Amino acid sequence: MKRLVGASVPLLAALVAFLFGAVMILALGENPLSGLAAIIDGAFGTGDRLAATAVRAVPLLLVGAGITIAFRANVINIGGEGQIIAGALLSTVVALVIPDTPKVLLIPLVILGGLIGGAIWGAIPGALKAYASVNEILSTIMLNIVAIQLMNYLLRGPMIDPIEVDGSRIPQTERLTDNAALPTLIEGTRLHLGVPIAIVAAIIVYVILWRTPLGFKLRAVGHNPDAARAAGISVERNIVKAMAMSGALSGLAGVTLVFGSESLRMVTDGGSAGFTGSAGFNGIVAALFGALHPLWTIPSSFLFGSLLTGATELQRELQIPNALAIALNGLIVLFVVSSDKVRDWLARRLDSSTGQKVDEPPAPDSTPEATPESVA
Amino acid sequence: MSQFFTLSVLIATLATAIKFAVPYLLAALGETIGQRSGVLNLGVDGIMLLGAFGAYYTVLETDSHLLGLIVGIAIGLIMGVLYAVVTVFLHAQQGISGIGIFLFGLGFSDLLFQELVGTTKPVKPLPTLDKLPGVGGIFEPLIEIEYLGPLLFDHNLMTYTAFLLVPAVTWLLNKTTFGMNVRAVGENPQAADSLGVSVARTRFIAIMFGCVLAGLAGATLALQLAVFQHNLTNGIGFIAVALVYFGAWQPRWVMAGALLYGLVTATRLRWQSLDIIPQGASDIAAMTPAIITILALVLLARRARGPAALTKPFTRH
Repeated sequence: MKRLVGASVPLLAALVAFLFGAVMILALGENPLSGLAAIIDGAFGTGDRLAATAVRAVPLLLVGAGITIAFRANVINIGGEGQIIAGALLSTVVALVIPDTPKVLLIPLVILGGLIGGAIWGAIPGALKAYASVNEILSTIMLNIVAIQLMNYLLRGPMIDPIEVDGSRIPQTERLTDNAALPTLIEGTRLHLGVPIAIVAAIIVYVILWRTPLGFKLRAVGHNPDAARAAGISVERNIVKAMAMSGALSGLAGVTLVFGSESLRMVTDGGSAGFTGSAGFNGIVAALFGALHPLWTIPSSFLFGSLLTGATELQRELQIPNALAIALNGLIVLFVVSSDKVRDWLARRLDSSTGQKVDEPPAPDSTPEATPESVA
Repeated sequence: MSQFFTLSVLIATLATAIKFAVPYLLAALGETIGQRSGVLNLGVDGIMLLGAFGAYYTVLETDSHLLGLIVGIAIGLIMGVLYAVVTVFLHAQQGISGIGIFLFGLGFSDLLFQELVGTTKPVKPLPTLDKLPGVGGIFEPLIEIEYLGPLLFDHNLMTYTAFLLVPAVTWLLNKTTFGMNVRAVGENPQAADSLGVSVARTRFIAIMFGCVLAGLAGATLALQLAVFQHNLTNGIGFIAVALVYFGAWQPRWVMAGALLYGLVTATRLRWQSLDIIPQGASDIAAMTPAIITILALVLLARRARGPAALTKPFTRH
C-alpha cells in the first residue's frame, strides 16, 4: 500500500503536467485527444517509430543513470550537456585518428574515449567541490559553456570536414569511419547497439550503488558526510569518483549520439541543444521521474523518449510545435520535486493509521541539498 | 590590433559593454535578493526567456515599449508565484526545481514564438536617450560631448534603471526592515521565526523581487536586440546566478561581474568585426568568462560565505 503511494504520487504529478499539456493543445485550437493519438502513434505506431523511441531514450537513460550516482552522493550534476559533448569529442577524435582499426577493436576504443572524455568533464567540478568548496551547480553550468565553445572551435577549425573548408563551412566533422558505427540490431530500423548498452549500463549502476563497497561509500557520503568521514571514508575522493562516473555515463551518451546517428558525424549549431537534443537536462527529468533509481530510470527514459519522438509527429500532424515536449518536461520536473511533501504527508497518514514504519520509498525525499558546507 | 587601441574604438567598445551588461545585471540583482533570503533560483534563464518573448510579442503587436516591459514584469510575477509555491511551501529541492522552471520557459517561449510569430520579425529597439519621444532633444547635446557622450549618454532608459538598482538593492537589503528580515531568514530562519518574522512570507516576497527582475531582464534583452528567437538568452540567466556567487552576494560586486561579462563579450565582437581575431579564436575567447568565473569561484569559495540557509527549506520545529 505504501509502495503504491510512493509510486502513484509522481505518476499523479505527470498526469497533472499532461493535463496542462492538453489545455495548451486546446488553447492552440486542436483536440487534445487527437494530440495524444498523434503522440502515441508517433512514438509506438510502427516498428520503425518504436525503434526511434528506444534510440531517443538511450542518451536520457545514460545521463539519467549517471545523475542517480551523483545525486546519491549528494552532488548535483547539471553538467550533463558539457559531459555529453566532451565524451562525443574525445570519441570522435579516436575515430578520426585510427579509422582503419577493425570494428571489434574500434567500437570499444571509441566507447572508452567517450567514457574518459565525460569522466574528465565530470571529475573537474567534482574535484572543485571536494577540494576547493566550489558549488558544483555553478561549476557544471560554466563547464557546459566551455564545452560548447570547445566543440564550436574544434568543429569549425581543426576537426572540420575537409570538404567544408572551401565549401559552405558547415561546422561538422567528415563522415566518420563505418568501423566505428554502432551496429544496427534489427535490419531496417534505427535500433542500434546503444540501446542494450544503455540498459546494461543502468543495471551496472544499480549493482555498483547497492551491491559494492564503492556504492556503499558513495551513498554514505551522500547521506551523511560527517558520519561517513568518522567511519574513515574519504568524502572528497568519493565526491570526485561520483562525478567522474556520472560524467562518464554522459560521455557514453555522447558516443551514442555520434556513432548511432545516420549521418555518422558530429555537428554543431553553435549551441548545445543542436547536438545533444538537451539530453543533459532531459536525463535529469528521466532520473527524477525514475525516483533517482537506476532501474526505474529505464522505463522512465523510455517514457520521455516516447514523448520526444511523439512530439515530432504532433508537429507534423497537428502543426503543434514540438517545443511543447520541453515545456511539459519542465512542468513534470516541477511537479515531481514538489510531490515529495505530498507523498510524505500521505505516508504519514497511512503510517498513523496502520502504526507501521514507512520502509519505502527511499528515493526523492532523500534528494540531497546543494550546499558546499556539506562537504567542507 | 592597432585599430582597436584608438580612443574612439575603445570608447565604443566600453559603451557596448555597458549595454551588454544590463540583462546580466538586472537578473543577477534579483537573484541576489532571493539568495540572501536563502532561496536559490536556477530558473532565471527560463523566466528571462518568457519575459523576453512576452515583451517582444507585446511590442510587435502594440508598438509600445512601456507595455512590453510591463508584460515582462507581469510574467516575472506569475513565474515567481509558481516558483515560490514550489520551493517555499512544497519544500521542493531548489536546484532541481529551477531546472524545471528553465525547461518550461525554454519550451514554452519557443512554443509561443513558433505558434504566434513563426518567422523572425524585428521590432523597434528601445530608444536611446536622444530618441526618446518628446524629450529626446534635451539629451542631444549630451551625446555630442566627445568620448564621454557616447559612453555615458548613448543608452536607453533600462541601462540607467539597471545601474540605479545597484544602490537601490544595497539600500533595500541593508537599510530597510524588509532587507533585515531577508538577511535574517537567509542566515538563521529558526531565529528569525522565533522573533516573529514570517520566513515563508519574507522568502515569498524576495523570490518575487528576483523573478520580476528576471522577467524584466529578459524583456530588456529582447527589446535591446529587437528580436526574439529560440533560446534567445543562450544561458545569460545561468551566468547571472553564477554572478551572485562571483559577487559574494554584494550588489556592487555583482555589478562588477556583470560589467566584466559585458566587456568580454563586447571586446570579442569588436575584435571579430575588426578582423583582429579569426572565428576560431573567437570561440576560444567566448570561453573566457566561464573560465574566469570558475577561477573566481575557486578563489572566493573559502573566503566569501554565502547565506547560511541558502537552498535549505524551512520547517518550524
